Amino acid sequence: MDDLMTINVELNAWLDQNWSPDHSLVEWRDLLVDGGWAAPGWPRAYFGRDFSPEQSALVEAEFARRGIVGAAQSGPRRLAAETILAHGSEDQKQRYLRPILTGQDAWCQLFSEPGSGSDLAGSSTRAELHGDRYVINGQKVWTTSAHHADFGILLARTDWDVPKHQGLSYFLFNMRQSGVEVRPLRQMNAHASFNEVFMTDASVDSRDLIGGEGNGWRVAATTLSIERQGFSRSRPDGGLKGLSSLQGRVYDEYRAELLIALEPYTWYPQRAGRTDLALPRARQTGAINDPHIRQELAKLLSMQQGADLAAASATALSRAGSNTVSPQGSIGKLAASVIARQAAHVHTLVAGTDAMLSGAASAEAGVIAEILLSVPAISIAGGTDEIQKNIIAERVLEMPKEPRSDTGPFRAIARNSADK
Amino acid sequence: MTTEFNDDQQQFRDVVKRFFTDKSPVSAVRRLMAEDGGYDAEVWQQLGAEVGLAGAHIPQVYGGYGFGPVELGIIAEEMGRTLYCGPFFASSVMAGYALLGGADEVCKHRLLPGIADGSTIATLVLDDLNQVDQSGRGLHGELLASAHTGSDAGSDSQQGADRATDWRLTGAAGLVLDAQVASVFLCVAATDNGLGLFLVGRDEPNLVIEPLEVIDPTRKLSRLQFNQVRAEKLGELNGAAMALLWDQLSVVLAHEMIGGAQMLLDSTVEYMKLRMQFGRPIASFQALKHRCADLLLELELAKAVTRQASHFLASAEGPRYLPSMAKAMASDTYMSLARAGVQLRGGIGFTWENDTHLWFKRAKSSEVFLGSPYLHRERMMTMIQESDCG
Ligand SMILES: Cc1cc2nc3c(=O)[nH]c(=O)nc-3n(C[C@H](O)[C@H](O)[C@H](O)COP(=O)(O)OP(=O)(O)OC[C@H]3O[C@@H](n4cnc5c(N)ncnc54)[C@H](O)[C@@H]3O)c2cc1C
Repeated sequence: MDDLMTINVELNAWLDQNWSPDHSLVEWRDLLVDGGWAAPGWPRAYFGRDFSPEQSALVEAEFARRGIVGAAQSGPRRLAAETILAHGSEDQKQRYLRPILTGQDAWCQLFSEPGSGSDLAGSSTRAELHGDRYVINGQKVWTTSAHHADFGILLARTDWDVPKHQGLSYFLFNMRQSGVEVRPLRQMNAHASFNEVFMTDASVDSRDLIGGEGNGWRVAATTLSIERQGFSRSRPDGGLKGLSSLQGRVYDEYRAELLIALEPYTWYPQRAGRTDLALPRARQTGAINDPHIRQELAKLLSMQQGADLAAASATALSRAGSNTVSPQGSIGKLAASVIARQAAHVHTLVAGTDAMLSGAASAEAGVIAEILLSVPAISIAGGTDEIQKNIIAERVLEMPKEPRSDTGPFRAIARNSADK
Repeated sequence: MTTEFNDDQQQFRDVVKRFFTDKSPVSAVRRLMAEDGGYDAEVWQQLGAEVGLAGAHIPQVYGGYGFGPVELGIIAEEMGRTLYCGPFFASSVMAGYALLGGADEVCKHRLLPGIADGSTIATLVLDDLNQVDQSGRGLHGELLASAHTGSDAGSDSQQGADRATDWRLTGAAGLVLDAQVASVFLCVAATDNGLGLFLVGRDEPNLVIEPLEVIDPTRKLSRLQFNQVRAEKLGELNGAAMALLWDQLSVVLAHEMIGGAQMLLDSTVEYMKLRMQFGRPIASFQALKHRCADLLLELELAKAVTRQASHFLASAEGPRYLPSMAKAMASDTYMSLARAGVQLRGGIGFTWENDTHLWFKRAKSSEVFLGSPYLHRERMMTMIQESDCG
């Protein structure tokens, strides 16, 4: 506790000295990075302070309390940064981490392909070394915010003659080059946050290979594990309280950033079911007095409480044991998905026949309708429920794997006809 | 707040776990469940006087060890895991908590030490084992007319008169835990001035104890009939005291249930890894792996809430519906695992020979004991609405 107090004092003194709403967004975030307050949970050697999750949470809470803009956010940025921290070369860390924090570089995750989704190691995007550059040919799909991205974390095949997990390599890939074409895909909830990405003789410098050739799967495992831990957030975040009325250059630029870069994510809280709205809505509508709805609501609140507690103790565990690739994330992700479905069920019961409506006509100006049509994504994105259950069964309960029919050289494995 | 165990608590669990693994093997459970008494006096004596578990949660001033709900939860989990057969829940937990919450100071000093070292086996008589806070509708206490006349001499002797055995209880309690071995009965009965806690000796002539056939023979129940039974009034129980008692009992039971549920998950998965069909262990079939992953998730959530509920009882931090939330979740999880425990073993799981049914029966009995999951969820929602108004 003592040390939290000390941190609080130091942080506030630093903010008093440095914060001003008149900075440009990048200027301000550069200061944050240099001061070590942009990502205090990161290692000291890379802009951080080695803070524990509690200590970092305190910093975040102070920023929110004082209405101060923090480092750039969004999922893929975080995935890229954490992966680079875990596996990147010194040169990669120096080049990529700062612009991630300042928001100058936006990222996307180039993993899924038409022929390989759950079976991510079945990637058939081709990476061939010519001189000191890899030439990339292939197609990615479901790539969230590719249309805003400057870089992508890219999984591609460098060797077709070894078993599939061994022939993959992982690249830090520049999206702003000819040979990259991004086409938006419209989703069932009417948003278009994910895309198809076509790479035709695109290229990447060999110094942007991360983790070494043939080690792509190991590096991707880190990314996936981090990704899964991010699904359990039950409340919407992003933005500062009262942001729309805050005055100053930094706020103007921050608002613009949210509007564009975070646009693909506006529906993400809804896909997690918005448990936070269930009880208030039930009270407001009087549905709370319906005995059946009370039961379903109580189940939802119980699951959410259990998941929040389990996530908290998992964080504590990972602090003690520290292993970035942990099956705990799969339990959390499966929990988030079960909770999202129960929340959608409760929102439907509470809305009654109004659940037929959407947009302005519907409850909470469309939020409820958006929940009902967004929840189906949470059990797919980031690895489906079925895949999480495989992981839990095999890694936590140590149940045997099923017999495989995809061993041997990748070249010889049965694949979808389109990507042969 | 945290639900992690500290080192002391972890060590405590190791000791408790060793004790029950050692003293409550399935062979003992099977032997005891077939007997009328249903417990091993020697093990009970060790548990009470030597290891000190019977009084773990009872404050030191009353002869206990002064541990809190968290340690009590650990004991209950280990008992649940091994299906320990003995009057711990009836005597230490039910009677112990009732005395702590409802007896006058003098009575606590007199009665709790015996419960804490196990030399007294007590049980709690509630005429409503479902909606615990509605108890008292079936059991009434009246003060004999002669006692009223003797009470003129001032408040001191009024108290003295209440404590004398000039109360009479009339009515019935349909389900009383471990009455077959209890030497004293703590009874919650209605009086003209609200609920009271009464002490009745086993040998009272107008008390009829009728052991019942039960679905779970490791949890023995009797029906008690009171016809003007001589009783001593120990104190009063208001609504808040009854609500607290219900919470306390529910949380200990929830711990017992997650201990049993964990045992079922572990043993079932173990079995599945050994059982071969179609040339491979059945644990490699995805349909079964997915079912086990679902069960693991359900159990993890129930475990987290149950442990938080005992932290809540220890610290009063957190929402007050946690005990009911825990009881509902633990009951549902235990039954899910009980059903799966049988199903995933196939035919052998349905036999008497196989041990799974012992836990199945405990799960079924626990599901309704102290309130069904449905009732606890309803209670939880009522609390949420009350806090809206307050
Ligand atoms: C909103 C959203 C955003 C996304 N964003 C990104 C992104 O930014 N970057 C990116 O790379 N990807 C992204 N994805 C892709 C996502 O990771 C994949 O859709 C997902 O992994 C499933 O792959 P698939 O779509 O090819 O389905 P498939 O793998 O074809 O699965 C079809 C069905 O088969 C089941 N199945 C497959 N294999 C097994 C198995 N072994 N056992 C049991 N069942 C199995 C699946 O569970 C599923 O139900 C996003 C997806 C969504 C919905």
